[in-house]
Order: sequence, then structure tokens, then C-alpha cells
Amino acid sequence: MKSLGTTGLILNEKLIFEHSDPGRKGYSLPALDVPEAPLSAELARNEVPGFPELSEVDVVRHFTRLSTWNYGVDSGLYPLGSCTMKYNPKVNEVAARLQGLAGAHPYAPEHLAQGALALMYHLQQALAEISGFSAVTLQPAAGAHGELTGMLVIRACLEARGDSRKKVIIPDTAHGTNPATAALCGYEVVPVASDGILSAAAVAAVMDGEVAALMITNPNTLGLFESEITEICNVVHAKGGLVYCDGANLNALLGIARPGDMGIDVMHFNLHKTFATPHGGGGPGAGPVGVTEELAPFLPVPLVVKDGEVFRLDYDRPHSVGRVKAFYGNFGILVRAWAYIRSMGPQGLRHATEMAVLNANYIRARLEGTYHLPHRRRSMHEVVFSDRDLGGDCHTLDVAKRLIDYGYHPPTIYFPLVVKGAIMIEPTETECVEVLDEFCDAMLAIAKETQENPDLLHQAPLKTRTRRFDETAAARNPRLKWEG
Amino acid sequence: MRYIPHTEEDIRQMLETVGVGSVEALFEGVPAAVRLNRPLALPAPAAESELLRELGRLAARNATAASHLSFLGGGAYNHFIPAVVDQLISRSEFYTAYTPYQPEISQGTLQAIFEYQTLICQLTGMDAANASMYDGASSCAEGVLMAVRATRRRKVLLSRALHPEYRATVATYCRYLELEMIEIPFDAAGRTEPGELERLLDKETAAVVAGYPNFFGVIEDLAAISAAAHDCGAYLVAAVQEPIALGLLKSPGELGADIVAGEGQSFGIPLSYGGPYLGFFAARKKDLRSMPGRLVGETVDSEGRRGFVLTLATREQHIRREKATSNICSNEGLCALMATIYLSLLGKQGIREVAKQNLAKAEYAKQKIAALPGFSLPFAGPTFNEFVVEAQEGADVVLGRLEAAGILGGIALDRWYGGMPGRFLVCVTEQNSREEIDTLVAALAGGGR
Repeated sequence: MKSLGTTGLILNEKLIFEHSDPGRKGYSLPALDVPEAPLSAELARNEVPGFPELSEVDVVRHFTRLSTWNYGVDSGLYPLGSCTMKYNPKVNEVAARLQGLAGAHPYAPEHLAQGALALMYHLQQALAEISGFSAVTLQPAAGAHGELTGMLVIRACLEARGDSRKKVIIPDTAHGTNPATAALCGYEVVPVASDGILSAAAVAAVMDGEVAALMITNPNTLGLFESEITEICNVVHAKGGLVYCDGANLNALLGIARPGDMGIDVMHFNLHKTFATPHGGGGPGAGPVGVTEELAPFLPVPLVVKDGEVFRLDYDRPHSVGRVKAFYGNFGILVRAWAYIRSMGPQGLRHATEMAVLNANYIRARLEGTYHLPHRRRSMHEVVFSDRDLGGDCHTLDVAKRLIDYGYHPPTIYFPLVVKGAIMIEPTETECVEVLDEFCDAMLAIAKETQENPDLLHQAPLKTRTRRFDETAAARNPRLKWEG
Repeated sequence: MRYIPHTEEDIRQMLETVGVGSVEALFEGVPAAVRLNRPLALPAPAAESELLRELGRLAARNATAASHLSFLGGGAYNHFIPAVVDQLISRSEFYTAYTPYQPEISQGTLQAIFEYQTLICQLTGMDAANASMYDGASSCAEGVLMAVRATRRRKVLLSRALHPEYRATVATYCRYLELEMIEIPFDAAGRTEPGELERLLDKETAAVVAGYPNFFGVIEDLAAISAAAHDCGAYLVAAVQEPIALGLLKSPGELGADIVAGEGQSFGIPLSYGGPYLGFFAARKKDLRSMPGRLVGETVDSEGRRGFVLTLATREQHIRREKATSNICSNEGLCALMATIYLSLLGKQGIREVAKQNLAKAEYAKQKIAALPGFSLPFAGPTFNEFVVEAQEGADVVLGRLEAAGILGGIALDRWYGGMPGRFLVCVTEQNSREEIDTLVAALAGGGR
């Protein structure tokens, strides 16, 4: 078994503030060509205390060194389940930086922004086709922001019917943002247990005239397709409720099935997960929302519409919930997603889904038997194991940290909450079989280490620049900024 | 398909390992009734060269500061972005990483965010900043929600001189939370009307929200607003849509703000037709645990070395679920990195110098325009880098005339403020040379009466 991780040149680096030397400059400005303007002493500050003073090379070297402490998709396999870390095509970066796109001001007159509006319109149409919904807003800035938007739309629709319901049903396999979002919309959360797949009968048992919506993730966070989805939607609709789908796992369904065709009323897309836009160490993402025809009037303003050959922003939507952010959405991310959809075409998107599912099932086949598999149904794009059968008092966290020594970013750990000691692996379609094999070999070697040398796992990672951190101390005595 | 590595032979072998006969069989969990039985109706795939040509054609249909003289602001600003910013954020270790859940291999992101939090605290004069939010408007909405949590009160006062899209976003976020939202009018100076503020403030008020500078570019008397708010036990949320101003203006913290929510696009982030931008959010130490968003904190590893981790996660959605302080999950990490690099390059002298240039150039433009017949400055309050102009002949007519001369001269205000047909907002930054300003003034004069 060969280890991909090795020790090597590991650079040390201070905080940017600790590099500061009074008098250094890292910028240049043109000479001021107008008279200086005074500002009254009552309004002005003297300086920004604490700001660093550095040369350009100081800054370049600082952040270059910091970058070497990070692991990205371009560094290697990043099998974070439910986060879908697939390869980010480079041409999309070039596209988003075209001057006509990156330099466009959001308040430029519409007839001088036809390129941007056309791109947004075509993306809205493409997302509607991919998901089977009637209308799409591109405004939300992230998945959870899309959830908030979608749930606000649901509430607005119900209130327009004169129906002010108070509750939202959320299965135990849900993303943590779902209950928080429901609470933000003024709803009380009703949990429902799923046993891996949510049954229509379980929903029927809690569904009543007080329930505004059911929030479901499909495929769910166990990587399983909710096979009773149509029946579930029928149960909810029969009692006057609506169905929200967390679209985090849409990458398992491209060209295979469409949430809009299953009876779902609202869904958000995570463009970074499904359409390969990079996530930048935690963002930006983009969280467009698709809805049925009935819900379309309630979407945020503005929507991009086409009048003849002209694209424009439509603010004339009297039932709209309003805005969820300034301007129109994370346009730079929308450009990347559109570039991805154009590069792939319909066959390519379907092929991506097929290979993502094949890769997940391949990993499952190779690790099953060594790692405990809590749910035996066919996996979609991700597979969830648990630490139940590991030796030497080793837990999921130990496996994760040991994987770092083998040169991999760990999978998602301790999620979903319904599996004790969950290890959730999502390889995505952009990994080749050799990489999957090497990763599985590492996982198998680690399982063996839990029997033979568990201490190695308890101490891992051993080859990184820093070792395990004291997270309790960080929370107990928070130091959130540099104070000199 | 160049992003997908599988050969026919790979697929055959992998299916064998999985123990199924075909790729189709992998989808047995998806009932036939919900299957799509046709290909998606999308355009056929474009080769890399075709894609770039297509996007190039779209890009060419947008006006930018390269094709026009631009004086557009209103919450999105054309500032110079040093080459270093894009070069560094283009390092794929930064942009292809995820949220730093595994601190041992995410120290680059974590340390940069810690530096970002520090810079935002220094700039705003506050105790703690989070690891960023979606944008200025949503950050402002989170500020209101936090003030409501902290004061346990239900009335919110929003200045009518606050950015209209920030006000709209706050209204959407609070739509179903049974809060009372009231707008405070502005006065002849273009500032939040002090008398009305006093009249509306009471012991039920959770928050007063004011722009700094406000949407009209006017510098509010933040100290007076905060004193009035604090007299009633209300929070002051200062919303900063143009943070370059903080290089020169007293910090909102110094003037008594309890929460500073703002837009960081000016710090090295491209205009990008409105996003992605950078919401920044800062608060007082006492409110740390009710702050929304992610936080990065300093700690040590098992060998005593300094390092950084995500911390205080007990406030967050993945632990507290429906009791979480907000549903925020993603932040704008890469945009926060852009701001950190930009501010590091500018440093103590640069942030002041660029702010001074913005002020000086806007003052120059202001005086020249005020001297033109047919034009006036309706608001008397001090401004930073943008200001409102009143045109006798109507804003749309004037802006249309400028556009014909290749100038994006400003933003008409009538769409947000009915009954202001003659008024438009003009923004001048360090990117506008004196010659450009003179061209604008001459073009305005050309049609003046």
C-alpha cells in the first residue's frame, strides 16, 4: 500500500499583521488631479488603527504560503458527502472574468446589459427544464438562502389562499439548515422518522390541516432515492400542504428524473454542487429556486423576462415576497454554471449523473464488509458507512484524521445525524477508477490499523503542518481577531 | 466528455465489481413512474472554443467602464482592483476548497478568515466580525434579526435614506416574524430626520437602521442617531454600502453602533452585474453568542502551535437546528479573501489615500455640476463619493443624453422615490480622472437650460 501523502517543504508563516513595517506600501494610486477636499474634524478619523503596512511582495508571499496549507479539489480527491466537490472546469474561470461580464454594473440601463440578461434568462430556462419546474429565480446567494426563499414563497402562497398554517414537517434525514429555515419563516417544526426511506404512511400520520409544508431531500442525505415520493406528495397535497425539496443532491438525477414531475412544488439548486462552480473555501455559491406555475407569482423580484428579442428585469409582480438580497443574484457564479451546462449538453449532464452514481456504488462495493453499512438499499451518488465495526476504540473522527496522512481530504463525518458515527462518502463523477482504488486501499489499510495499531489513529494526523486542534479551548475563550 | 474520466473498459470493470449488469440498473431505486423518458431539451454541448466565442458575444452586449465613462454607484462601485488580488485568489488551493471543516488541512482559508475578521473589526471599530455573509442587504437583514433577538423587542425603524434594496431585503426576511417595520423620513440635508426619529423611538424599539454613508451618499450624524436609540434601549444597526468611506470617516463603533452590517464589494471584488459580493457583519463582544454566521477562532494544536478553527458552532444550524441564530451555511469565503488581500495591499496609508481621492474627486464634480445652469444639489448634508443631482429637464432625459455621448452618468431615483423625477445619483471614484469628470460636466452643460 503506497501512501500519497508525504512530508515535504512545509513553509511557516506569521499573521499578516506581524509582517507589518511602518512606511511600507503595496499599492499605487495615480497622482490626485483635483484639489484635495477637506472633511470636518467631527466626521474624520485619524487612521485605521492596526491596519498593516506591507510591500506587494510581502502580500503575495504571505497568501501564496497560506494557500499551501489548504487542500482543494485540484489537490486531490475531496469526497465530502452531500457537499459534492467535483472538478471545477478552468474555462469557466476565464468566462466569468471576461470584462463584459465581470465589469458590468448592476444599475447599467437594461438595453446596455442585454448580454448579462440573456445569459440569466437562458440559465433560468435551462434550470426549469432540468428540474421540471415552471419558473426559476436566480436571486438567492446560496442553498440555505434558496431554502429561505422557497419557504417564504410557500407561506406567501398559502396566505394568499387565506390559509395561515403553522407547522412544517421535516424528516430526520434533513439538512440542518431545513429546521432553521422553517423557524425563520415563523413555522414550528414537526419531525418525522424515516428509517432510511420516508414512507407515505409516516407522513400521513403527522399530516393535517395545520401543516404548511413538508421539507424533503431527494435523494436524501443517506444517498437513497425517496421511492415513495409521489405518494408522499399526494398525501401532503390532499390536506392542502405543499412540498419543498432540498435540491442539494440533484446531481444524482440529471436527465434521469425531475423533481417537478414527482409532485414537488418548490426546490432550490446548489449551483456549486450540481453545476461544478467552485466553492471558494466556503462560498460564494448560488441557490436558485424553481417552483410550479401556481407559486411563480410569489417569487422574488425581479425576474428576467424576454419581450420579443429584448430581455428585461420584471419588477411588476404584485404577489412577490420581495427581495432576498440586493441586485439579481451571484451573477459570476451563474456564468460558471451556464458555461458548465453548455459544455456538457443534455447527454453530458446525464452521463455525469450516471458516473457519479457508478463511482459511489463502486466505493460501496469495495468497502462494504470492512466498514459497516447501515442501510442496504441501492446507493445513488453517495454512500454512508458507520464506525460500528472498527477496532481499537477508533471512531469516525480518527479515521478522518488518519485519511489526511494518506493524502486525502476526509469524507463528511457524523452526518447524517440518524447514523451513529456516520462516514458519508461522495466521490463525484470526475474521479477515475485508479483514484477510487487508491482511496479505497487507504480506507481498508486504516481499518486494518484500527485492529493492529489504533494509537496511530488516535494521534492522527501525523504528517500535517499542525496536529489536532484544541477546539474546546477555542470556544471557551474565543479569540476572534488579532490583538497584537 | 473531458471532465469525466471513465473509459468503456473502466465502466465494464466497475459494474462487475458492483455486481450489476448495466449503468441503468444502478437506478433501480428510482420508480419507473417518475423517470424522464426523453433527453433533456437543452442545446447540444459546446466545445471550449465555441463556448468562449458564445460568452464573448454576450459579454460584448454589456456596457462597462471600458466601453463607457461610468459614474454609477448606488451600492456597487467601480474601484481599481490590483492585479495581485485576482492572481492570488486564482490559486486553486483557495478557490477549489470547501468550508474548512478539517482544520489541519484548511489552515490557509482559516488564517485568512481570521485576518479578515481582524481587518473588519479595525475598520468598523467593533469587537467581533463574522467570516462573512452573502451581501450588504442580507447582512443588514441579519443585523435586524440579531437586534430583535438581543432586545426581545418587536419594532424596527428603517431610515428611508437607507439603500432601497436593503430595506426591501429586511422587509422580506422579517415578513412572517410579526415585527413592526416603520420608515423614518429624511430631511433637507438628505439625512435621517432627527425629529421624526425621536418621535418614533420608544421602549418597544429593537433597532434603528441607518446607512453610513446613506443611499444618497450623505454622511449621517451617526453619533446623534445612536444616542437617541440608546436612550430608548434600542440597537443602532449601521449599514455601510461603500466601505472605502471608512478609511476616512469615524468608525461606526466609535460613534456608538451596536451592529455594523455592510457591503465589501469595494474591496477588490469585481462588479459582476451585482454579485457575488461580500456581506460583512460586526458586533459588540457582549452579543458574540447571538451573532449569525460562521466564526474563526485562534487556538493551539496538540503540540502547542498556533492555529485556527471554526468556533462557537453551538449557535449554528447544524447543531441548534430550529433554534439556530440563523440558517446561514455558506459564506462568501473567496470574496472575504479578496477583501483581505486588497486591504493588506492598501494598508494603513492606502485605505486613507484612496478614500481621500474618492472624496476629493466627488467634491470637484459636485462643485462643477452645482455651478451649471439647470442643475442643483438638493441635499445639503456632507457626502463621500456620491451625491444626488437635481436636473430641471428630468433625470431620464439627462441620463439618456449622456448615454448617447457614451457616459453612464448616474442612477435615476424616481424608481424608488416617487415624486423625484429630476433627481439622480452620481458616483465618482479614484477611477475617474479629472478629464472624465470634465467630460461629464460638459455633456451635462451641453443640454442644460
